[in-house]
Amino acid sequence: MADLILEMREISKSFPGVKALEHVTLEVRQGEIHAICGENGAGKSTLIKVLGGIYPHGSYEGDILFEGEAVQFKDIRGSEALGIVIIHQELALIPQLSVAENIFLGNEHATRGVISWQETVKHANELLARVGLSEKSDTLIVDMGVGKQQLVEIAKALSKRVKLLILDEPTAALNEEDSQKLLGLILELKAHGIASVIISHKLNEVAQVADAITILRDGRTIETIRLEKGQRVDEERIIRGMVGRDLAHRFPERTSVPGETLFEVKNWTVHHPIDQTRKVVDDVSLHVRRGEIVGLAGLIGAGRTELAMSVFGRSYGAHISGQILKGGKEITLRTVSDAIKNGIAYVTEDRKRYGLHLMDTISRNVSLAALGKVSANYVVNDREEAVNAEGFRKSMNIKAPSVASVVGKLSGGNQQKVVLSKWIFADPDVLIIDEPTRGIDIGAKSEIYGILNQLAADGKAVLFISSELPELIGVCDRIYVLSEGKLTGEIARADADQETLMRYMTMDRG
Amino acid sequence: MEVLRTAFRKNIRQSGMLVALALIVVLFQILTDGVLLRPGNVSNVIQQNGYILILAIGMVIVIISGHIDLSVGSIAGFVGAISAQLMSKNDVPWPAAIVICLIIGALIGAWQGFWIAYVGIPSFIVTLAGMLAFRGATIKVLDGTSIGRLPAEFRRKTTGFLPGDDMGLTDSLHNLTLLLGLLFAAFAVYTQIRERRLHVKYGGNALPLQWFAVKCAAIAAAIMAFTWLLAKAEGYPVVLLILASLLILYGFIMKQTVLGRHIYAVGGNQAAAKLSGVKSQRVSFFVFVNMGLLAALAGLLVTARLNSAVATAGTNFELDAIAASFIGGASASGGVGTVFGAVVGGLVMGVLNNGLSLKSVDVSDQQIIKGLLLLFAVAFDVYNKKKVGR
Repeated sequence: MADLILEMREISKSFPGVKALEHVTLEVRQGEIHAICGENGAGKSTLIKVLGGIYPHGSYEGDILFEGEAVQFKDIRGSEALGIVIIHQELALIPQLSVAENIFLGNEHATRGVISWQETVKHANELLARVGLSEKSDTLIVDMGVGKQQLVEIAKALSKRVKLLILDEPTAALNEEDSQKLLGLILELKAHGIASVIISHKLNEVAQVADAITILRDGRTIETIRLEKGQRVDEERIIRGMVGRDLAHRFPERTSVPGETLFEVKNWTVHHPIDQTRKVVDDVSLHVRRGEIVGLAGLIGAGRTELAMSVFGRSYGAHISGQILKGGKEITLRTVSDAIKNGIAYVTEDRKRYGLHLMDTISRNVSLAALGKVSANYVVNDREEAVNAEGFRKSMNIKAPSVASVVGKLSGGNQQKVVLSKWIFADPDVLIIDEPTRGIDIGAKSEIYGILNQLAADGKAVLFISSELPELIGVCDRIYVLSEGKLTGEIARADADQETLMRYMTMDRG
Repeated sequence: MEVLRTAFRKNIRQSGMLVALALIVVLFQILTDGVLLRPGNVSNVIQQNGYILILAIGMVIVIISGHIDLSVGSIAGFVGAISAQLMSKNDVPWPAAIVICLIIGALIGAWQGFWIAYVGIPSFIVTLAGMLAFRGATIKVLDGTSIGRLPAEFRRKTTGFLPGDDMGLTDSLHNLTLLLGLLFAAFAVYTQIRERRLHVKYGGNALPLQWFAVKCAAIAAAIMAFTWLLAKAEGYPVVLLILASLLILYGFIMKQTVLGRHIYAVGGNQAAAKLSGVKSQRVSFFVFVNMGLLAALAGLLVTARLNSAVATAGTNFELDAIAASFIGGASASGGVGTVFGAVVGGLVMGVLNNGLSLKSVDVSDQQIIKGLLLLFAVAFDVYNKKKVGR
C-alpha cells in the first residue's frame, strides 16, 4: 500500500436537521492528484471545511490522519501550519492590494510588525515565476483577470509551504485556455511532490489530470476509482455514481423545426465603457429563427456577454451602433424596459449579482420583470402572484418547501431555475441566456437543457451563451463563434465538434 | 408547540420586538406603579413620539431602498421655521401654510434625490451636506431667535384630539374614538385573515387555526385596550390618526404595489433590478421626495407642539428615526425591513424614554440605555440570521 498523505476516516457531520456527511472516507496518496466529484449538496465542500479546520475538531465525528499522524484542527491556522492549504471557489484575495501583499497576507515578512518590502518583493517574484505569472509583484489584483488571480492564489499557497493543495472548483470561472494553464500548473506541482485534491464539476478536466477519483453522493462515499498510468476514466461511470442513476441522455433528444427569422442583429459594434477607443464587439451580425437554439461560443473576453447586454437595452458599453430587427422590423431598445416590451429577455450569467434579490422569496423574484401581469392599477395581486410562482415551482421542478421560501437558501441549480422562471413569465419571444449551467450540478443541468428545448418548441428564439463546448454542441442547432469581439465562425450542428469550435475561438482577428 | 416555535422564529425580529415592546410596557407599568398606562400618559407618549414615528416610516423606506438620510432632522427644523414665519409674521392662513410647507419638503427631497439618483453621489454624503446646510438655513430663517405665537386653530388641528366625544353612545368614553378603535381592530384582523388564507394556499407555514384565532384575538384585544385607555381621557390625538393613516397607506404601498416591490428590489440587488427593467433611478428619486415630504410633516407637528419654531428643533431626529428602523428589523444593506417594524421599533424607544423619564433616570443614562438597545437589537438579529442561514 502506497504512503498516504491524508486519510479521513468515517467522517460524519450534521447540521440541525441535515446529515451533511455520513461515514465518509477519503484517502489521498503522497504526490497524487485526487479528484472529488459529486452533485451540489453531496457534501464536498463540507468535507473540505472539516479538513481545513473551518469546522473545528469536535464539531464532527471521525478521524483525520495527516502523514500518518492523527490531527485535530481548531481553525484554519492549524491546518495551514501543517501544509494543508485550501483555495476556495470564491477567491480570497483583496482586490485593492498588490499581488505581493496578497501573497503574504497574514504571513508577512516582518520583524516586530514592520514589513520588509525587499524580502516581500523578492519572495513574491520567486513564487510568481514558479506559477508562471509574468505580472509584476506590485500589480493590483483588481487589474488582473480571474485566471491570473487563481494563479496568485496558488502562489499564496506555495508561500505557506504547501504539502497538500485543495482546490474547490478552481476552473469554474475560467475559460478553456486559463483552465488548461491551471491544470498544467497542478501537474507540475505534482512533479515536485505536492499532492492536490480537486473538487470539480468538469469531468473532462478530472479525466485529464486525476490519479484517483472519489465520488460522493448525499453525504456518503460511493466509491474511489484509482487509475493506472494512461488509463482513461469512464465518464459515464462517474456520472452514474454521482447521480445514482443512468443519465441515458445527458442532452435531451431534440427535433428542431426552425421557422422564419425572428431576431436579427446587424453590424453591431460596441465600445468599452471606460476605454472608449476599444471595440469590445466589432461589426457582429447574427440571426436567430423561431424555434431555434443558437449557441454563442467564445473565450472569456471574446465579447459574448457584452454583445448580449448591449443588445438588451444598452445595459453595457458606449458608442453602440448597428441595427436590431425583430420579425423583419427594426426596433430601437434604449432601456431595459424597451427591450422587455419588445419581447426580449436576457438571463444573466451571474445570477447572484445580476439576477436575484437573494433575501426575497421565490414568488417575488419570479414576478419582478413582469409585475404588470400580476397587478392591476399598480397594485400587486399577491394571490395571483403566488399562484403563478407555484405553477413555475411545479413545472420547473424548483426544489423548495414553498414559493414563500427565500431564494438565497436554494442551491445554485434551483436559483437558476428561479431566474429562468422570471424570464419565462415575462413571456418574451427572444431569450438570450448567458451561462445558465455555470456552477450547478449535472442533474440540474440536464433539466435546464430540457427547459431550453421546451422554449424552442414553443416557438421562441433562443440565443444560448456558454463556455462549455460539449453542452453547446449537445443543445444548439447552430453555433456562432466570437473571438476578440469579432464573429469568426458560424457552424451547423452537424459540423460542430470541440476542436473546430476551439479553432475558431482562438482565431486571430483581422 | 413546534408550530408556534417555527412561526415565531420566522418572524423573530418583528415578533421579537413586539414581545420586547410588551415586556417594556409591563416592566415600566410595574416600576412606575401604574403611571405608564394612565390614559393621560399614554396620550402623552403618542404626542411625544408621533413625529419620530412619522420620520421612521419614511426612513425605513429609504433604508430598504439601500440608502440613508441624515438630513431629516434639519429639514424638519427648516420647514418648521418657515411655517412659523409664514403663519405668525406673514399672516398666511394655516391650511395654506401647511400645503406650502409640504411642497417645500418635497422639493428639498427632490433636490437631494436628484444628486443621489441621477448624479450618483452616495446618499450618506448628499444628506450629510443637507443636514449641515438646512440647519444653517433654519437659523437664517429664524434670524437667530425663535418665532412663537402660532395660530391657535393650527395647534388645535394638529396637536389636539378628535372631535365627536358625544355621539350618544356612552357618557364616560370618547365616542368616535371607540368607533374608530373597533374599525382599526376589524381592519387588523381582516388583513391577518387575508394573509393567512394566502399562506395556507401557497406558503405552507401558516399557524394552525386555533393558534391563529388566539393571535387575532390578541391583536384585537391590544388595539381595543389601547383605544379604551385613550377614550377614557380625551380620545385619539390627531397625531395618532395621522400616524395610523400613514402606517396603513405606506404598509399598503410597500407590500401591495408595484412601486413598493421595486423599492425592495432596488435595495436588495440594484443590478438585478435594473436588468429586470426596474427604473432604479426613478425609484431612488421618489424615495427621497417622499422622505422630504414626511420630514416636512414632522417639522410642522414639532413646531405645533412646541408652539414655536426654534433653531435647534429637530436635532438628532434622523438618528432616532434610523435607530427605530434598525430596531424594527431593517437591514443595513438594504432590501429588508417593514414599515410596521419601524413603527414598533420607534415605539420601543419611545416607551423606554417615557418610562425612564417617569422614573427620573438621568438623561445621560437614558442615552446610554438607548444606545445599548440599538446595538443589542441588531446583534440579536445578526445572531439569528447566522442560525437560520445554515
